[in-house]
Amino acid sequence: MSGYLSIRNLTVRLKGGAMILRDVSLTVRAGQVHGLVGESGAGKSMIGKAVLGTLPRALEVVSGQIILDGTDLQTLDPKERRRRIGASAALIPQDPLTALNPSKRIGPQITRRLVDILGWPKIAAEARALELLEEVHIPDPARVMRSYPHELSGGMRQRILIASAFAAEPKLIIADEPTTALDVTVQKQILRLISEMQSRHDTALLFVTHDLGVVSKVCDTLSVLYAGKVVEEANMHRFFMRPIHPYSAALLAATPTYTDPTGSLTPVPQTVIDGVEREVAEHDMRAAP
Amino acid sequence: MTLLRNILIRLLTTAITLFGVAVIVFVVIRVVPGNPIAMMLPPGATDADIERLQAQYGFDKSIFEQFVIWLGGVMQGDFGTSISLRQPVADLVLGRLPATLELSIFALVIAVLIGGALALLGTLYRDTKGEAAVDVSAGMALSVPDFLWGLVLILLFGVLWPVFHISGRISPSLNIDFTTNFYMFESLIRLRFDVWADLVAHMFMPALALAIPLAAIIAQLLKQSLKETMHLDYVTLARTKGYGENHVITREALPNAILPTLTLVGVQFTFLIGGTVIIERLFSYEGLGNMAIDAVINRDLPLIQGIVILFALLFTLVNLVVDMLYVVLNPKLRHA
Repeated sequence: MSGYLSIRNLTVRLKGGAMILRDVSLTVRAGQVHGLVGESGAGKSMIGKAVLGTLPRALEVVSGQIILDGTDLQTLDPKERRRRIGASAALIPQDPLTALNPSKRIGPQITRRLVDILGWPKIAAEARALELLEEVHIPDPARVMRSYPHELSGGMRQRILIASAFAAEPKLIIADEPTTALDVTVQKQILRLISEMQSRHDTALLFVTHDLGVVSKVCDTLSVLYAGKVVEEANMHRFFMRPIHPYSAALLAATPTYTDPTGSLTPVPQTVIDGVEREVAEHDMRAAP
Repeated sequence: MTLLRNILIRLLTTAITLFGVAVIVFVVIRVVPGNPIAMMLPPGATDADIERLQAQYGFDKSIFEQFVIWLGGVMQGDFGTSISLRQPVADLVLGRLPATLELSIFALVIAVLIGGALALLGTLYRDTKGEAAVDVSAGMALSVPDFLWGLVLILLFGVLWPVFHISGRISPSLNIDFTTNFYMFESLIRLRFDVWADLVAHMFMPALALAIPLAAIIAQLLKQSLKETMHLDYVTLARTKGYGENHVITREALPNAILPTLTLVGVQFTFLIGGTVIIERLFSYEGLGNMAIDAVINRDLPLIQGIVILFALLFTLVNLVVDMLYVVLNPKLRHA
């Protein structure tokens, strides 16, 4: 099954040390939303970073393919790889408060890459930025273009980052926990906005989150990650009806329900964790030379 | 409105600082042993001669009276007359100031260029042997004081491989009449590039000696803040947009990383100006610092006062410029 982004047996580790991603395979089809869930430290964000080429320097890709639109990114030289990702993929980052450059106005932060990397005329880039800011429901976009990040609220900044991500009409967007750093009241709006933008622009979206509730609202398919290993890849409907892997089932059971305020939180049972840890250990045994 | 108030507060604090400096210098150089009159008199002068001269320069009055008289003069722009050179202090000091300013600014430019380049290289090659090389050279540059660098440079480029002049400010053989004392500036404006080259050949070694320790500090601090900035989200985001490492460092990280360095450079630049006193002596460079040493040796009290006040004024001005630059570079402070 091929998709716009297809990751095949990707293994990433700390240089000369611990495994970060173990033989990860997943597919994001054109125009579809693929959720990537897992607990903190499971390696969710690292998959996004590996695709975008922004892995920390201490990490290395040991093996595997990252196929974007039919080309294996690992085979390209760094410059060509950068250019291709810049033109066809974009990131919606986690924390809007730190993802905008504090010393630059908003306008250039959206338009510069269109001019510098994609060779747009400056006027066209500015018109495009205004149009996008309107699309993400920002009032008075012309004024916002002239503002500095510190003059805007977190929700506004996340809208700007979403607009900026869609600026070059990328075919793939990677959203790395885009609502985690926001107020609960703003989270819903931003989630709805990402969903709306995704379907309007018909973009493939890799949605990284630890929140199954969020996944159920926006995703078509999902992968569950544990300790850098995909334990289950499924379409949404099937997953919520009949999770196959015990860890997935436990994760679903652990999702708090807001309808019952007296209900206690259910942790993932230790037996399930032991089981999945054993699987990871067995995988490492097989992978070892 | 607030801007005007800030400027007024700034001027007031500057005036208070200068007054404090004046009081301290005035009292200290009169309390320490050594008599300026004794330096002037030929052997065999009588007590009557001494008393006559003391009265002439006002040294027979109390320190407080002397200060009030001196301050009264200063208010009208009269800083007294130099005892050893027998000329008005204001003329002497202002005549030498351009030479020291040119030397200091030239040294600052060299320090920023070398330090900035090392910081950028160290960031580009971070966590490799390249960065280690930057750290080692900065450590070596810092562990030797500026006057020792001066001696090393004289040995290297004045004696072993004599490419630069080791003393003075300009070759006496050059045929040019300056209307100002800003020789470098004036020679450029008058398009006398031969003169300018000669000035640079004289100024290069003292400026480099002053610049080396400052360059090392800039390299270390700027590299550190650049490396911290390189981990931030907006830098990562710029990478995903297709920008290469050079662009990311110079355009995304540098404008933010430069702020802490700027504050430090301001403070260090005043130390650099202080360093000119010894460096100018070492290279027989005709500036304020060299004059200050002569003034102290001759116990020329009015001249010492004038020079110290001018140095204090320079320091406060440098701090003012740094504060203003900080506001320009940091958008968060602009409306505050």
